[in-house]
Amino acid sequence: MNAPLRRVGVVVMVLFGLLFANLNWIQAYKADEYRTSDYNGRVQVAEYDRKRGNIEAGGTAVATSKETTGNLKFLRTYPSGAKYAHVLGYKPVNLADQGIEQVENDFLAGTSDQLIGDRLKDMFTGDDTGGGNVLLTLSKRAQDVAYDQLRNNEVGAKRGAAIAVDPRTGAIQALVSMPSFDPNPLASHDTNEAAAAYNKLEKDPDEPLKNRALGETLPPGSTFKIVVAAAALENGVTKTTQIPAGSSYTAPTSGTPIRNADPSICPTRQVTLLEAVTESCNTGFAQLGVRLGAETLKEKARQFGFEQEDLTVGQLGEGGLPTAASRTGTMQNQDGSTDPAALAQSSIGQNNVRMTPLEGAMIAGSIANNGSQMRPYLVRQLLAPDRTTSYYTAKARELRQPVEPPVAADLREMMVSVVQNGTGRKAAINGYTVGGKTGTAQSAPDRPDHGWFIGFALDKNGNPVSAVCVVLEQAGPGGSGEAARIAGQIMRAAIADPGGR
Amino acid sequence: MTVAATPAPSPATAGEQSGVRLARSRRNAELYLLLLAMVLVAAYGATVEANLLDTVTSDFWMPAAALGAVFLGLHLVIRFLAPFADPALLPAVALLNGLGVGFLRRIDLGDAPVAERESLAVFAGQGGRQLAWTLGAVILAAGLLAIMRDHRSISRYAYTLGLAGIVLVMIPAVLPSSISEINGAKLWVRVGSFSIQPGEFAKLALLVFFAYYLVRKREVLSLASRRFLGIDFPRGRDLGPVVGVWLISVLVLVFEKDLGTSLLYFGMFVVTLYIATERVSWLLIGLVLFFGGAYLAYVLGSTVGGPFANFYVRAEIWLDPFADPTNKGYQLVQGLLALGTGGLFGAGPGGGQPEILPEVQNDFIFAGIGEEIGLFGLSALLVVYLLIVERGLRAALAVRDSFGKLLAGGLAFTLGLQVFVIVGGISKLIPLTGQTTPFLSAGGSSLMANWLLIAVLLRVSDGARRPVTGGGGGKAARPSGGPPEQLHGAPTEVIKP
Repeated sequence: MNAPLRRVGVVVMVLFGLLFANLNWIQAYKADEYRTSDYNGRVQVAEYDRKRGNIEAGGTAVATSKETTGNLKFLRTYPSGAKYAHVLGYKPVNLADQGIEQVENDFLAGTSDQLIGDRLKDMFTGDDTGGGNVLLTLSKRAQDVAYDQLRNNEVGAKRGAAIAVDPRTGAIQALVSMPSFDPNPLASHDTNEAAAAYNKLEKDPDEPLKNRALGETLPPGSTFKIVVAAAALENGVTKTTQIPAGSSYTAPTSGTPIRNADPSICPTRQVTLLEAVTESCNTGFAQLGVRLGAETLKEKARQFGFEQEDLTVGQLGEGGLPTAASRTGTMQNQDGSTDPAALAQSSIGQNNVRMTPLEGAMIAGSIANNGSQMRPYLVRQLLAPDRTTSYYTAKARELRQPVEPPVAADLREMMVSVVQNGTGRKAAINGYTVGGKTGTAQSAPDRPDHGWFIGFALDKNGNPVSAVCVVLEQAGPGGSGEAARIAGQIMRAAIADPGGR
Repeated sequence: MTVAATPAPSPATAGEQSGVRLARSRRNAELYLLLLAMVLVAAYGATVEANLLDTVTSDFWMPAAALGAVFLGLHLVIRFLAPFADPALLPAVALLNGLGVGFLRRIDLGDAPVAERESLAVFAGQGGRQLAWTLGAVILAAGLLAIMRDHRSISRYAYTLGLAGIVLVMIPAVLPSSISEINGAKLWVRVGSFSIQPGEFAKLALLVFFAYYLVRKREVLSLASRRFLGIDFPRGRDLGPVVGVWLISVLVLVFEKDLGTSLLYFGMFVVTLYIATERVSWLLIGLVLFFGGAYLAYVLGSTVGGPFANFYVRAEIWLDPFADPTNKGYQLVQGLLALGTGGLFGAGPGGGQPEILPEVQNDFIFAGIGEEIGLFGLSALLVVYLLIVERGLRAALAVRDSFGKLLAGGLAFTLGLQVFVIVGGISKLIPLTGQTTPFLSAGGSSLMANWLLIAVLLRVSDGARRPVTGGGGGKAARPSGGPPEQLHGAPTEVIKP
C-alpha cells in the first residue's frame, strides 16, 4: 500500500501547488486591481485615517473634519449646513464625491503630489498633519444674504439661483442654488443613513442636488436684450438711434404677434435704443434682431460666452465644477433659411435661447469690466496642512473680450438707466452706481414666468465691484423685480464684506 | 510489500546501535519546536497590539502563554503515552491553532471601540472563546491518546462508528432549516446560541469505517475485476459501498446544499479505496462520478432549479464573482479584495482591515489573515499545512499494519483536501463552499474534530516509529500501551476477533 500512499502525497503537493499558484495570481498579479477596486472598502478607511483639510470661506471653515471614536477616524462635517452645499458638495463614505470636495479631493485628503514634502516630514516627525486646506473666493456675507434672500423671496418661488462674481477678477463672491440640501447626513459614517438621505434628495421633484447656478439653462427673456443691444451698437446703431417699436410686431412670414409686457411700454412707432433697453421694449428688440440677422446675433452671444461647453469653475487651471453651456438655439426653418419669427422671439430671449445664471453674471461682469470677461473661479488659495506654505494662489485671467471698451461703456450707461429710470429700480444701492437688466421669461404656456435679473455695481470711481445674476423659476408676476431686489442685496453684502473689495 | 518499505531494520542485522538511533523519541525536539511556535504566536500578538493600540500592553504574552500551557500539557501526555509519536505534528498544529486564536483576538480588537481595546481581557470575545475551545479540544485529544493505546483497537468499533457517521451526516439534512441552516448551508445543529457541526465529526467516524471495510475487502476489490479499455474495473457487486457513499455525498450536496462536504467525503472515500486496492480505476471512477454529478447538478440547477438551484448559483458566482459584487458575489469579491490588498507582504498583523470581511472568523479567515501577512505569510501557512499532511502520510508509510496505513493515509489526505477546498474556495480556484479552515476557523466542532484527527495521527505515528521489540507475542501477551504487533500488512489479521 505504500506506492499509492506516496502518490497520494504527490497529489496533495500538487493540490497545494495549485493553491500556491492561485494565491500568486491573486496577491501578486491582480493585487493592484483588487487593492484599488471600487468595491474595496479599505481605500476609504485609509482615507479616513488622516484628518482631511478644511474648506474655508472668508476665514471661516465651512467644511471640516471632526475626530470620532469609530472605525473611520474622522467625520466630515459642514457647519453651515445647506448654505454652501452646492459649492462644497460632499464627501460621502460610499457615494460619489461632489463639488469642491471632489475637485480638490487629492489636496484635501493630503495625497496630492504637491503635499509630498509634508508627507515626508510626517514620516520623520511621526506626526500626521492631515490634508491641505482649500480657501474659497466666496464672501461670507454675500453668501449669507444670497442664501437667505433667495429662500425667503417675496414671490414664493421654490426654485432659483443666485451668483455673484467680482467683475475685475472673476472670483465668485456668492453661489446659491435653491432649494439647497444639508450635506451632513450624506457624509454620515452610517452608510445606510447616508444612502437614505441621498435617495430622499434624489427623489425630490425640486431636484435639490442640482447646482442651478452653474448647471441649469432657462430662457433668459429680456436679459438677452443686452446681447442684442451689443450687436446693434457694433452695427451702426447708437444709443440715441431711433429704432422701430410699436405696441405689436408680427414677423414677416408668420407667427404670433409680439407685444410688450404692458401697453404703456414703447407704444410709439419709434424709440431710441436707450429707451428700448430702459423700458424693456419687446417690439423694438424683435425688429432689431430681425434686422441684424441670426448669424450676427449668434456670433455676439458666442463672444459673450454662449455655446462654451468646457468651462469649469474651480482653480484657474484644470478641473473644477462643471457648467452647462448656454445656447442660442436654432432660428431656422427646416430648409435652412432663417425663420424671422423664431429670430424675433430669440431676440427677446425666448424661442430656443437658454442661459445659465453663471453666464448672466459673466455678461454683466464683462460689461462692467470695460468689455473684458474674466474666467470665473472658486478656489482662491491652497494652503499646506500647517498653513504656512501656499501651494496655489489664483491669478485672475481674462477669458475673452466680448465687446470693445466704447461699446461696453454704452451698454453700461443703458443698464444704469434701467436701474435708475426703468424696470430694475429695486436693485439700486446707496453710494454706488448700479446697472442691470430684468427679464421675464415664459417657461411654458400654462406655467408662471421665470424672473431674471443680471446686473453690476460700480464704486464712486467707476470701478466695478460686483456683478450678479439672480433667477427665480416660475416666480410669476413681480418675479424680475424681486430678482432685482435680491441682486441689489447680494451686491451690497459683497461690497460691505471686509474680505471683499 | 509493506515490510519492504518500512525503514525498521530487523534487530538481528542492524544491531543495538542502529536500534538506538531509530528508537529516539525526539520528544525534546517537539518541546523546542512547540516553544518556538508559541514565541511566534506571542510575537504575532505583540505586533497586532502595536498596530491596533499603538502600544504593546504589558500582558500581550498572556494568550500565547495560556495556549502554551495547554499544548505543554498535551506534550507531556504524548511524552508518557505516545513517546515515539511524530515530533513535528504537535508544534505545527499548535502554531496554526495559536495564530487562529491570535487572529480572532485581533478581530475582537478591531471591532472594539478604540477606547476599550486596551482593556480587552484574554478570555474575552471570539479569541477568548476559541482559546477555551482549544483547551477542550486538546483535552479530548489527550483523552483519545489515553484511551486508544493502539490505533488498531478502534477497528473494533468500525461498524458502530460507520453508522454513527451516517447518522451525523443526516442529522442536519433532516432537521428543519430553522435549526440547521446557517448562510444557506444546512450543516449545523443549533441549540440556543450554541451550534455544532456534526459533519466535522462524521468525517472521522466514516473514515474509521472506510479503513476497516476496505482492509477486509481489499483482496476482492483489487483482484476480482473485468478488464475494459485497458483499465481493470471491479465487479458490480463490489461497487455497492462505493455507490452508497456516492449517494450519501450527493444527498449532502442536495439537502445540505454543501458541495464542499460532499467533495470531502467522496474524495476521502475514493482515496482510501485507491490506497487499499492500488488501482487507478477507482480514482477514475470516482472522478467521473463526482464531476459528472457536479455537472449534472449544475445543469439541473440552471434548468429545473429546486434543490439544485443553490449549487447553480454558487457555480455562477465562482465563474464571475464581479457580475454581482454587492449581493451574490459579495463574500467572494470581498475575500479576493482582502487577499489582493495584502499583496506580497501584507499590511502586517493588525495593520489591515480584515474586520470588514464577511464571515472573517469562519470561512474567510484565510483571506483575512492573508490581508495582513501577504503572499509570503500565506505560503508559509500552506507549508505548515502541507507539513502536517505529509507527516501524516509518512506515518502511514511507516506503520506496519494495513488498517493503520489506511487510517493515517485517509485522515492526512482528508485534512489536506479540506484545506484545498476552503482555501481554493475563497481564492476562486474552485466554487466556494462552506468549510472551516482546519485549526484556524472559530468554532468548537471543527477544532475538536481536527484535534481528534491529530490525536489519531499521533497514535499511528507512535506505532510506526516505535522500535520493534524482539519476538512476537500475541495480542494478549502485549502489555498495555506497548508496541503494536507486527502484522506484515496481512489484512485478515486486523479483524481477527
